[in-house]
Amino acid sequence: MPKKTFKQALNEAHFHEMRRDPRVIVMGEDISGGIGASGEMDAWGGSEGVTKGLYPEFGPSRVVDTPLSESAIIGAAVGAATTGLRPVADLMFADFLGVCFDQIFNQAAKFRYMFGGKAVTPVVIRGMIGAGFRTAAQHSQCLYPIFTHIPGLKVVIPSNPYDAKGLLIQAIRDDDPVIFLEHKLLYGVTGEVPDGAYTVPFGEAKVLREGGDVTIVALALMVQVALDAAELLSKRGIEATVIDPRTTSPLDLDTIVESVEETGHLVIVDESSPRCNIATDIAAQVADVAFHALKGPIKMVTPPHTPVPFSPSLEDLYLPSAERVAAAVEASLRTRKGAA
Amino acid sequence: MQLSREDLLLAYRRMRRIRDFEDRVHVEFATGELPGFVHLYAGEEASAVGVCMNLTDEDMIASTHRGHGHCLAKDTDATGMMLELYGRKDGICGGKGGSMHIADLSKGMMGANGIVGGGPPLICGAALTAKTLGTGNVAVAFTGDGGSNQGTTFEALNFAAVLKLPAIFVFENNGYAETTASQWSVACKDIVNRAAAFGMPGVSVDGTDFFAVWSAAREAVERARGGGGPTLMEVKVPRFYGHFEGDAETYRADGEVAALKRDHDCLKIFRGRVTEAGLLSNADLDTVDAEVAAEIEAAVALAKVSPLPGPEDLVTDVYVRY
Ligand SMILES: Cc1ncc(C[n+]2csc(CCOP(=O)(O)OP(=O)(O)O)c2C)c(N)n1
Ligand SMILES: [Mg+2]
Repeated sequence: MPKKTFKQALNEAHFHEMRRDPRVIVMGEDISGGIGASGEMDAWGGSEGVTKGLYPEFGPSRVVDTPLSESAIIGAAVGAATTGLRPVADLMFADFLGVCFDQIFNQAAKFRYMFGGKAVTPVVIRGMIGAGFRTAAQHSQCLYPIFTHIPGLKVVIPSNPYDAKGLLIQAIRDDDPVIFLEHKLLYGVTGEVPDGAYTVPFGEAKVLREGGDVTIVALALMVQVALDAAELLSKRGIEATVIDPRTTSPLDLDTIVESVEETGHLVIVDESSPRCNIATDIAAQVADVAFHALKGPIKMVTPPHTPVPFSPSLEDLYLPSAERVAAAVEASLRTRKGAA
Repeated sequence: MQLSREDLLLAYRRMRRIRDFEDRVHVEFATGELPGFVHLYAGEEASAVGVCMNLTDEDMIASTHRGHGHCLAKDTDATGMMLELYGRKDGICGGKGGSMHIADLSKGMMGANGIVGGGPPLICGAALTAKTLGTGNVAVAFTGDGGSNQGTTFEALNFAAVLKLPAIFVFENNGYAETTASQWSVACKDIVNRAAAFGMPGVSVDGTDFFAVWSAAREAVERARGGGGPTLMEVKVPRFYGHFEGDAETYRADGEVAALKRDHDCLKIFRGRVTEAGLLSNADLDTVDAEVAAEIEAAVALAKVSPLPGPEDLVTDVYVRY
């Protein structure tokens, strides 16, 4: 299978779906880039180049550059979705959610329910998440818990190129509003990606590694951190199962619970702020349905409860590390129920 | 009021300091030593300085992601800023904010802002404080052409007009929002045309002419201080560098930047004007150039060797009281 970057995988997903379905459009600031200017059009293809090349093939009616107006961009994408298009709107940094949230959580998310099942809103809102880019507090957040909290939204968080392509195609074909979040440190990561179109279903976790001593759940960039931790632990005689839920809404709790029933220990690695995040959510649900299986405390490895710092020395400390994950696993194993 | 010799020297020093700061950051960024996103203000100096020469430390400004110039025009310490850009513990924000979040409340600088359109509503608040407490202070929001299209900006304009706030909205139209041309994104072509719709005076000025900016801002500031409410200013400026450092700028025409630097450099224009009028000599200005160059050199040298923040700094400053 050919090797591609996460960014190329996302780019291909756009091409497949725009060729397949004329109702699919993309829109956002600098989505092609250079509009109204005298130099090259399609200069950027989105701020990270994910939509590069779409403009020359599909033109301005389907690759819609917009003014800097997020409420209008997201609101128009939502409105277009309810009236016959299938827009993929680029929010750029998910942090910009702040200036357009109403159109997502009060409008898109609730139409179907409020209208008694009559509305269909097939919109995809892409946004970049995550720290490590040295872009400080307003360009580095992992806001997926906020979206996950809202009934009516689906929330997709790929961790590798294969899933990125399959999940984005699924997102575009899905009839519900989908928030699609891309960790910016993953764009350059390479992996095997088929040339053709394929989907990865929502609500199906991926088991990346199997081991009998502990279950580690992680998302996005943290999946690699969890795998690195599993390597460290293996050298110390502890074998870990690593699970990537891939979507937080819907969440594949069954796969996590089945694993915890075998291992008895659960560690969740979550890059979002520690209060009311995906780690607390999964911990609570597992404790609720599988308390009998737990042999030690559920451990959550997260950043501290602070905004994301700018200085590299602080940002590196902020992000969970493989060493911290391994330590959390060891702490859970040490405090086995009934042990002295 | 006229500008004194001291005022002219100060205005030149501040513009020169911005230019040297930005030119140097451009060079240092290319070495890979500076982390993060850096948006340079070179070319736009006469806007920030022309406006801020009319303000006191108690008058607040709000800035943008392209904030270094607004900070320096408000006399924020260049060395502290350089240390901040390098993420150092002794940076003006302790290394926690970086280029996009430099703030100096003691100088009336409410912060650069990573969210486009973040500033105008905040400046309504600063103006509301001034009005409520009767301080006579004014508040200025600097925003770009891109930011002029943000919903928060439109709300702030109407809000300030309805409440007759002592606020000034300065739109620095540098032709682009990232790659997007303002002549495309602003449907009414000139941002100043929106002033009438919001029921406030509007003025458009050539942002390469320090004197034009200064006198337009002076009128707006006097009106605001006197209870006459807000003003919208559009300042047309060139952008000498990319949207951010690392931008290949293929969306700009060949030769565009070179022509701007040649014909629309506010520092050259200022020098020509004051020396021809006999207000300052070339020697006066050369002295400033040399002093500023030494200052920036020292700032970079210090920034490179200053300590980074440590683990103890990570969790402080989230709340006033825990
Ligand atoms: C709410 C929000 N949307 C988008 C961005 C990304 N962004 C940063 S600067 C910029 C363009 C701003 O253009 P303008 O207001 O003209 O300021 P300039 O960069 O030209 O100084 C964009 C789109 C952002 N930081 N915040
Ligand atoms: Mg601009």
